[in-house]
Amino acid sequence: MLVAGIKSRPVYSGLNIDIHAKRHLFALEGEGALALIDQVKAAGADFLKNADILYVASGSRAEDHDRKLAALGADTFWLAPTIPVLLNRFHVMLGQAHMGTRIYLAGTEGFIGQAQQVAMNHGVDPASLHTEHRGSAARRVQCVHCKGITDSVTTSPYTCTHCGLSLLVRDHYSRRLGAFQGVCIDAEEPGTAPKPEELFP
Amino acid sequence: MTINTEMKVRVAKIRQVADKVKRFRFERVDGKPMPVFSGGAHVIVSMRDGKALRRNPYSLMSSPEDTAGYEISVLRVETSRGGSAFLHETLKEGDELTLSQPVNLFPFDHRGKKHIMMAGGIGITPFIAMMDQMEREGRAFELHYAVRTRSHGAYWKDLQQRYGAHRVKVYCDEEKLFIPVQKVLENQPLGTHLYVCGPAGMINGVLGKARELGWPKQNLHSEEFLAPPPGKAFQVKLAKSNRTIDVAPHQSILEALEANGVEAPYLCRGGACGQCETGVVSCDGELEHNDHFLEPDDKASGKKIMICVSRITGSAVTLDL
Repeated sequence: MLVAGIKSRPVYSGLNIDIHAKRHLFALEGEGALALIDQVKAAGADFLKNADILYVASGSRAEDHDRKLAALGADTFWLAPTIPVLLNRFHVMLGQAHMGTRIYLAGTEGFIGQAQQVAMNHGVDPASLHTEHRGSAARRVQCVHCKGITDSVTTSPYTCTHCGLSLLVRDHYSRRLGAFQGVCIDAEEPGTAPKPEELFP
Repeated sequence: MTINTEMKVRVAKIRQVADKVKRFRFERVDGKPMPVFSGGAHVIVSMRDGKALRRNPYSLMSSPEDTAGYEISVLRVETSRGGSAFLHETLKEGDELTLSQPVNLFPFDHRGKKHIMMAGGIGITPFIAMMDQMEREGRAFELHYAVRTRSHGAYWKDLQQRYGAHRVKVYCDEEKLFIPVQKVLENQPLGTHLYVCGPAGMINGVLGKARELGWPKQNLHSEEFLAPPPGKAFQVKLAKSNRTIDVAPHQSILEALEANGVEAPYLCRGGACGQCETGVVSCDGELEHNDHFLEPDDKASGKKIMICVSRITGSAVTLDL
């Protein structure tokens, strides 16, 4: 049901530590913790002395990833209770950051998209962010009709939590909104929407 | 697509602005307004010099909002292939020539929070238009301008007067002052962009330093127009039109094609834009890649050539034209 080959579909090419960076700022969510831990395994722990880690556990609370991250011995580690609180601190840190700071984002797509929005507002080119998708494939989707955004959408079609339309989740992605686009699937004959399929577990 | 809606212009004013640097103002012969451009744009100036038709790119340095005319500054190059010598020694006020539409391969990034420009010598010209635009848009910027001697450096006094010495810093070789690249680039706020225009050595040095200091490549911008380097004569065979054309030692392939009535696409004529990329069918010799555009893989493949600045060492090359 997904339309393939849409160019705006984000590509996450991995955290890949930039050894030239003078400072490394990590904003991680849920299973995204493991993306950093894997980097330390692969690249060594040297870069951590110039690293700041922001972490929110989200659905991975039971995994205790925060303890593993704290044990890495980065310059600073801060555990946020929720995504909005993490993003607020991220915003404040970016306001004081310098060129030479590399920004790394890992976690679900919805989290990466929202953190990317914050970075873009600081004049950061999204292509210069290092990103890695970890954890659920759930999507953050905007209803193109009522503009309401729904987080953690796992099925297509899904019912818009704002206006109640049945929406087909497309690969069409908005960087500005940090969200995929959901389009009414039964506009011609309301009520004939196919059954939701779990496409983004 | 090639933008070839050329404009006939008259030389409205010529002024000597520094040792070996002249400033030219062009206004349209038909009296119509010039298109508004964006800071960093260039035009191709077509000059009829006796029998030869010369086409060179020059950065626009007038205010982008000034639609009454365009201005360029030209350094008289000792080893001129003819363009700068013609402009300096032959061209007079009132003469007519042809300009292309403006093309911008060196725009500033509008998403940036701060803009740092580094110019070497005549590389100052695109920044003059850029600063005019940035000032009007209320953007944060600073210029670091390296000149050989105070009298060689064009415009530094005007720029300091207009934007203040805190935003326009001049470094003079003769006084043993050089741009302190590391000091400038350290501790710049996130969202800063760097622009470099000048000789190749300066561009490579500055960008290399910036990468070492952890700047991402997305925030680094540079422009250098190359003059097609001379070489030995060779032949170009055109596979599709089945013609053979001689390229003289001081001619580029593009110029040789044009001299023989073959219209090949181009935009910058300086190895930067990629518009004139041409397929190589076979080469009886070695390709000499002189451009900034092709990736190393493409250069090594021997299948592509930028005909505005690159040539061959050998007897003949067959192009997919």
